[in-house]
Amino acid sequence: MMKIAIASGKGGTGKTFIATNIFYTLLQNNYRAMLVDCDAEAPNSIAFFETKQIKESEVTQLVPVINKDTCTFCGKCHEYCNYNAIFILPPMKVIQVIEDLCHGCGACSVACKVGAISEKPVSLGQVALYSTDGLPGLIEARMNIGVMSPVPVIKAAIRQVDNKADIIIMDAPPGTSCPFIQTVASADYVILVTEPTPFGLSDLKQSVETLKTINKPCGVIINRSGLGNNEVQEYLSNEDISLLLEIPFKKEIAELYSRGKIVSENDSFFACQLSEVIRDIIEQHGNSHNQR
Amino acid sequence: MEIAIISGKGGTGKSSLSAAFATLNSEVVIADCDVDAANLYLLFNPTHEEEIDYISGHKAVINYDLCSNCGICQSYCRFDAISIINSSVVISEISCDGCFLCSRICPENAIKMVQNDKSRMYSGSFRNGKMVYGRLAPGEENSGKLVNMVREKAKQVSSENGLETIILDGPPGIGCPVISTITGVDKVVIVTEPTISGLHDMKRTVEIVQKFSLPAFVIINKYDLNSDMSYQIEDWCKQNRITIAGLLPFDKQMVEAMIMGKSITEFNPDLDISKKIKTIWNKILNQKK
Repeated sequence: MMKIAIASGKGGTGKTFIATNIFYTLLQNNYRAMLVDCDAEAPNSIAFFETKQIKESEVTQLVPVINKDTCTFCGKCHEYCNYNAIFILPPMKVIQVIEDLCHGCGACSVACKVGAISEKPVSLGQVALYSTDGLPGLIEARMNIGVMSPVPVIKAAIRQVDNKADIIIMDAPPGTSCPFIQTVASADYVILVTEPTPFGLSDLKQSVETLKTINKPCGVIINRSGLGNNEVQEYLSNEDISLLLEIPFKKEIAELYSRGKIVSENDSFFACQLSEVIRDIIEQHGNSHNQR
Repeated sequence: MEIAIISGKGGTGKSSLSAAFATLNSEVVIADCDVDAANLYLLFNPTHEEEIDYISGHKAVINYDLCSNCGICQSYCRFDAISIINSSVVISEISCDGCFLCSRICPENAIKMVQNDKSRMYSGSFRNGKMVYGRLAPGEENSGKLVNMVREKAKQVSSENGLETIILDGPPGIGCPVISTITGVDKVVIVTEPTISGLHDMKRTVEIVQKFSLPAFVIINKYDLNSDMSYQIEDWCKQNRITIAGLLPFDKQMVEAMIMGKSITEFNPDLDISKKIKTIWNKILNQKK
């Protein structure tokens, strides 16, 4: 099994566009493929396919519940909490958990010597498994509105991938912070999608630097090529990063995508190009390489 | 007055529009709250009058001279950050949440917590006022806290310099940094585009804005890429009583302006799109809360 993450520092460069089209192309080429939508804050991949939900599971986190009758207001739990999630005023005998700030680390339970802390689960979001063409193919991570970090939901979604699949495509969240790292950390290869603009280049550089720190091989797809300048291409050749594909800016592509259509279904040349990109990645980075 | 420009979906034109709004006429404070992928400094090339370190959290590090490989820390860690590889305890920097629990329970005192101190916040001037922005170091978290810091600084700069308007260029998504960007602002502008993803993400964004009872405006950018979808978005906004601030056409010159290091309104104020942006901005500014 090979895991390929589709990522980009900048939002809106076409991650979901590439991820859904590669997934579709792989299915057409009879690969056993799965698509994991890890953009838990704004998951959109399933809108591009005819799907049926097979199962959905709740992702939860434990938060402390303090029994005020047992509590001695010693303040040890407050001291152990690194997230300021426990508010305490010992003289007034006030103690309160601020659930929104809690990361569920369990330190307060360890700190409490009188057994006044128990824990209850709270929902962070859902992971849903969908089938396409009758086969389980799509996993969606969806974070609840108002939850602070999508990371636990992303991790739960990645844990659900079927080990028998040949290729896993992961649609990563934008940026280079924690949610991005969590997604790409489990990938064998990362496709960075960018656009030929100064914003695109700046965010691409940041993504490349981040991937270097965790030693992930990557290649780049330039989307909407022809719209900006050539600085992205120059950067790639100077840095010796492989340019996997350039997709020209065409209103027809933008229009098809906007309607939730898979472009490679209607454009066999594009489908062919994507197949080649994937074939090359598998040849150079697949199988033998990921037997770690 | 603080006005936040956000969008659930990335790449809808938040930063380009924030830049245009910031360079329309009177001087403003612009704060780039997309600390994960700050871009506005590329257009505005601000001076760095102040640089402040930002501690985004902590990471656990093992001192192997003291570690007895007992594995107690692994049993306590809730973030799957500690594993035992070849009978040696290893902490994954990527998974560590910085909760300190392992360092507190280690019987050998072999775990030390180190600060993540690579993130920065900058404050300075640009050609149309003051600018504050944050840059989160790769892979770090707690971007919401850095956004709060950027906003505090922007408010301070605004009162020190008598600049009334603060424009916050927000991050994509609906998570912590977005909540930090919109909490307590006067107005929220949601930039969307006429795609299925644009509509879907806008709905989630509106939900979060309504949770905070903030006055919201929607701008449909590149509306002519799919007019049907634009109608759908307009309809949905009307049904949900969200003000549409305006529709903007797709214009290649937005990219050309960016390459020249200018906002579209600076690049050519006489363009149809520049005039529309000006009308939209006046509508947002003048609407009573």
